[in-house]
Amino acid sequence: MTSVIEGTSLIQGETGNWEVVIGLEVHAQVVSNAKLFSGASAQFGAEPNTQVSFVDAAFPGMLPVINEYCVEQAVRTGLGLKAQINLFSVFDRKNYFYADLPSGYQISQFQQPIVGKGEIVLDMPDGSSRTVGVTRLHLEMDAGKSLHDQHPSKTYVDLNRSGVALMEIVSEPDMRSAEEAAAYVRKLRAILRYLGTCDGNMEEGSMRCDVNVSVRRPGGPLGTRTETKNVNSIRYVQMAIEYETRRQIEVLEEGGTIVQETRLWDTTKFVTRSMRSKEEAHDYRYFPDPDLLPLELEQDWVDAIKATLPELPDEKKARFISDYKLSPYDAGVLVAERASAAFYETVAKGRDPKLAANWTMGELFGALNKQGKGIDQSPVSAENLGGLIDLISDNTISGRIAKDVFAEMVETGKPAALIVEEKGLRQVTDTGAIDSAIAGVLAANPDKVADYKGGKEKLFGFFVGQVMKQTQGKANPALVNELLTKKLKE
Amino acid sequence: MTDLTKLTMTGALEGLAKGEFTSVELTEAHVRAVEASRALNAYITETPDQAIAMSERADAQRAKGEAGPMNGLPIAVKDLFCTAGFQTTAGSHILEGFKPPYESTVTANLWRDGAVMLGKVNLDEFAMGSSNVTSYFGPVISPWSPGVLVQRDAAETDAGFLAEVTAAIRQPRPVQEWQWSRKLVPGGSSGGSAAAVAARCAMAATGTDTGGSIRQPASFVGIVGIKPTYGRCSRWGIVSFASSLDQAGPMTRTVADAALMLGSMCGYDPKDSTSVDMPVPDFKAALTGDIRGLKVGIPKEYRVDGMPAEIEKLWQQGIDWLRAAGAEPVEISLPHTKYALATYYIVAPAECSSNLARYDGVRFGLRVEGGDLKEMYENTRAEGFGAEVKRRIMIGTYVLSAGYYDAYYRKAQQVRTRIAQDFEEAFKLCDVILTPTAPSTAFEIGANMDDPIAMYLNDVFTVPASLAGLPGISVPAGLASDGLPLGLQILGRPFDEATVLKVAGVVESAADFTALPPFVSARY
Repeated sequence: MTSVIEGTSLIQGETGNWEVVIGLEVHAQVVSNAKLFSGASAQFGAEPNTQVSFVDAAFPGMLPVINEYCVEQAVRTGLGLKAQINLFSVFDRKNYFYADLPSGYQISQFQQPIVGKGEIVLDMPDGSSRTVGVTRLHLEMDAGKSLHDQHPSKTYVDLNRSGVALMEIVSEPDMRSAEEAAAYVRKLRAILRYLGTCDGNMEEGSMRCDVNVSVRRPGGPLGTRTETKNVNSIRYVQMAIEYETRRQIEVLEEGGTIVQETRLWDTTKFVTRSMRSKEEAHDYRYFPDPDLLPLELEQDWVDAIKATLPELPDEKKARFISDYKLSPYDAGVLVAERASAAFYETVAKGRDPKLAANWTMGELFGALNKQGKGIDQSPVSAENLGGLIDLISDNTISGRIAKDVFAEMVETGKPAALIVEEKGLRQVTDTGAIDSAIAGVLAANPDKVADYKGGKEKLFGFFVGQVMKQTQGKANPALVNELLTKKLKE
Repeated sequence: MTDLTKLTMTGALEGLAKGEFTSVELTEAHVRAVEASRALNAYITETPDQAIAMSERADAQRAKGEAGPMNGLPIAVKDLFCTAGFQTTAGSHILEGFKPPYESTVTANLWRDGAVMLGKVNLDEFAMGSSNVTSYFGPVISPWSPGVLVQRDAAETDAGFLAEVTAAIRQPRPVQEWQWSRKLVPGGSSGGSAAAVAARCAMAATGTDTGGSIRQPASFVGIVGIKPTYGRCSRWGIVSFASSLDQAGPMTRTVADAALMLGSMCGYDPKDSTSVDMPVPDFKAALTGDIRGLKVGIPKEYRVDGMPAEIEKLWQQGIDWLRAAGAEPVEISLPHTKYALATYYIVAPAECSSNLARYDGVRFGLRVEGGDLKEMYENTRAEGFGAEVKRRIMIGTYVLSAGYYDAYYRKAQQVRTRIAQDFEEAFKLCDVILTPTAPSTAFEIGANMDDPIAMYLNDVFTVPASLAGLPGISVPAGLASDGLPLGLQILGRPFDEATVLKVAGVVESAADFTALPPFVSARY
């Protein structure tokens, strides 16, 4: 049995504490119309084998030609990861036989990748942050897809994906918990989406993770790692790490040793399974692809791309903290997606930024979550949410009524002012009306009034509630407080 | 044989321009020559209908005043160039029947300029060989092979009922048949191209040269063959052997024809990343014959042990010819020459082991079924590839494998750089380099078969320039005592094909090589 030790990332085993060491390799499909080395479309979801050029199918005499836009996307991503851009990089062939790899080799970058060391700052749920190193990013082509379920004895091959550009982004083994690994994938995905270099759709396979896990005694030498391939959701990344951590600790605690091997994540049984050991590992016979010249970039070209980079999550977060005085946590949540950050900024424009953040993150995100919608499908526009906040700020409605109005806005998409008008929800600020409601409540509850006056001050809330009920919630709460206090003192 | 097949391309263009004959007539003469030369096994696929159709189009274009530089000239295409709709085999069983749906850039350029395709010619399997004996479609016999032409009645060999009927209807037609006393190789890998051009069953042919596959066969059959600078001709649509070395070039009977055809073949192609974006000069204009003051490098390391004295003598003859024309011979050193063959036989197999992985039975060509995917691969490749191809795939796989990469492949790349530097240094002292093309004349089919190293030695003079990517030409310079042709090789600076051709023109004039192969002279 193992359990996480509270307040640390250490794991309590039978024989003492363990530390898990995690590194991730993320394959991110480059947003590009065409493939990495051919002009065929890279669109997802087309009929099988309809987006295949002779290059992708590796016909005799066909040659690869690098897609400049994919290179630009890789450089943009490297810049977004604050990484070193290598002006000289080399494409290599990784040789192995498989039916969905038409040429018998994958064109990749082995020893001289296009992007070198960078970093990603993780925002942890407790508001703290951790920096994880990026070892490298390289460009490579995807293989096709083998379909084993189309025929009882045959395998079908779909080459639409063959040749699509991927960025392999390799992290340092800097993560120490499944949560950190999940935060890493989330943050990386956010950065890629901000940059527009990968859509990050893990369900469609445009982002896939290989998870490297080892365990060791805290402060001890690194343990032997296993690599679990093709883990295709953030939840699975976490589950696979947790499973693999437990498995490795159990093996070690029972006196066994960890075998360096490639494992697979089983999405039905939620376990990792051995795929092949180091001894069975392929000898990929990497060598520079003689069909492609080394890729040489000019600094000016890189600088021009840098000049067009959008504001990235970390900078946006810093700005939200300093300009809107938001907490690091709130700022982190709002900038997680470019669209929600933009939504928030529209809401906050000329309004109380804290109130705008609360409504965006609390009510709006809650409603979207419930409906399973993204910010771009929000039934309430940023302008309309801003309008609701305006009505609160100028005391037209109370915060409580605002929640009802908001619920109506989610239903109908109507502007707040219209709903308030239609339903007559305008807040009662007429002291006479409130006074008479208070008088009624106090007259109906003489025993409670007596108790209150006898020292049971907690009953104040009860009186407020009753008054609000009398006014169907429309009474201005501040006024109710003020007038009630006065009346009770009489 | 008609006189039309005796013409050079340059000569034929004059006749076509003057209206002395049409491309259709020129082509028909060559189609008949192709049929009459079947004994050489030069062609894998004959395309007479296509040839006639193309010649008709060429004549129509000429009539409209739109004749391209190669208008109406019937040529053969090495069966390594993909030709849209026509079988392209690379000399291999594994591609037998493969009809590419696309046309190689080089052949497309030739058709654009009006050339006419007679068919696809034989080669060593995947261009791996120096004698055209590794082809799945059988060896090519050099037209220089000694033998006699015998006449007999067609009915003698035609057997059975049909033959009797035929004989009854028609008078027996005499058939010419060649009886060889020795069958010689035409060299390789462009052996079919060499044999077809020498035998006058094509006015010219495309070749490809990876380590000497244009120049060595040109030398063996007494024709001109130029490998331009790596990057001059697009490799797009040419079945790859070793990508960093493969280069297309023309094989012709004269230097002027080579200049003409090279001009059509080369040019920048954005579909080949290794193709060079440089203007194509007018190569024909370079053939001025004026080489006064030109420095001709004579590499001392090319005087290899065991080289026949008559090759040495011919080399000296070449030096004397160039000196007489006003050039200045200078001794140069290419110190890393002795490592060139070893380097080549690491780099080329390494690349081929990867390039040939696509012949797996999955998408095109031969498939031999098996119990599972792996067995299908094994069966297909075991049956589809010949022994030499398998040997090179194994060597290549070995030199790239973990633990051996540094000792072999990386080392070979380092030596390759040194070899290129040797040439760079040498070209500070000279403008061109003159060497023999091959260390021997053509040998008999079957010789060297059990000794791959001896076979590889054929390329000893051609391989260094291939590794350095330099342009090189072989020009027929004379006959050896065995009556077989010998060529001289001229190498030049990168992209200086013009000077290479100019010097070759001078050697050609001086040598005045007019000897005809027995196969041709017996029939003219």
